[in-house]
Amino acid sequence: MIPLSWFLIVAAILFCIGLYGALARRNAIGILMGIELMLNAVNINLVAFWRYVTPASLTGQVFAIFVITVAAAEAAIGLALIISIFRNRETVIVEDVDMMKW
Amino acid sequence: MTVMQLVFLVLAVVAVGTAVGVVTSKNIFYSALLLVACLFTVAGFYVLLEATFLAAVQVLIYVGAIAVLILFAVMLTERMMSKAARAWNEQWWVALLVAICLVAVMLYVVLTTNWQISDAATPADAIVALGQTLLSTYVLPFEVASVVLLMALIGAIIIAREERPVGLPSEEKEGEK
Repeated sequence: MIPLSWFLIVAAILFCIGLYGALARRNAIGILMGIELMLNAVNINLVAFWRYVTPASLTGQVFAIFVITVAAAEAAIGLALIISIFRNRETVIVEDVDMMKW
Repeated sequence: MTVMQLVFLVLAVVAVGTAVGVVTSKNIFYSALLLVACLFTVAGFYVLLEATFLAAVQVLIYVGAIAVLILFAVMLTERMMSKAARAWNEQWWVALLVAICLVAVMLYVVLTTNWQISDAATPADAIVALGQTLLSTYVLPFEVASVVLLMALIGAIIIAREERPVGLPSEEKEGEK
């Protein structure tokens, strides 16, 4: 059987790669893709813990389904916002959308 | 090294490789396509973890809807992006430092904790049990999730709608003719 720590290691690495993408990219869609990577890493963690620690109760899978649901809603609204900003400002680089900076 | 462990290692290498490609590629379209590949490998992880319904949901929703939506957005905002020089901002080294420190802390915790692994088997009819759990114990979050999706639907339509002048411009033009 695959040890639990292997899944957790892969999830940790994916989370930190997504964190770097969310913090370092200039394109707003690139930041959103980093956030999606983080959410997927969290889902892998949830399902791995469900499978190895409490296989009888399905709480881990239910939680993962809710995370996928909320991620879908967030991606839809985030991309609608990005498209709206692009229509008004002709740019999706987050550094150029700085009207509210002091 | 069993077959499953070998499959896991292949999937892990592909997942981490495509994820690195997602966050470092200068071409945002390549990033979106590599994200699709990464999400497929995550579905493969779910299959290895015997969460088959979740693997199907992942492919349907994440790859089939979210990744396609991201590709739409990339192509709708493509016009200005081909001239972008850098893909990362000025503080990329701080982000790299933070990510490396976080992964070091998380790996330390993962490798030194005594996880209480149980030998119990998964439910025989996992999908039936999942449906029953979702509609009995977690019915309230289930209903809230449906409201969240409705809000997201309405909000996305309103936010991304084209601005049109109030009134009936088509009828006015026909009247002038």
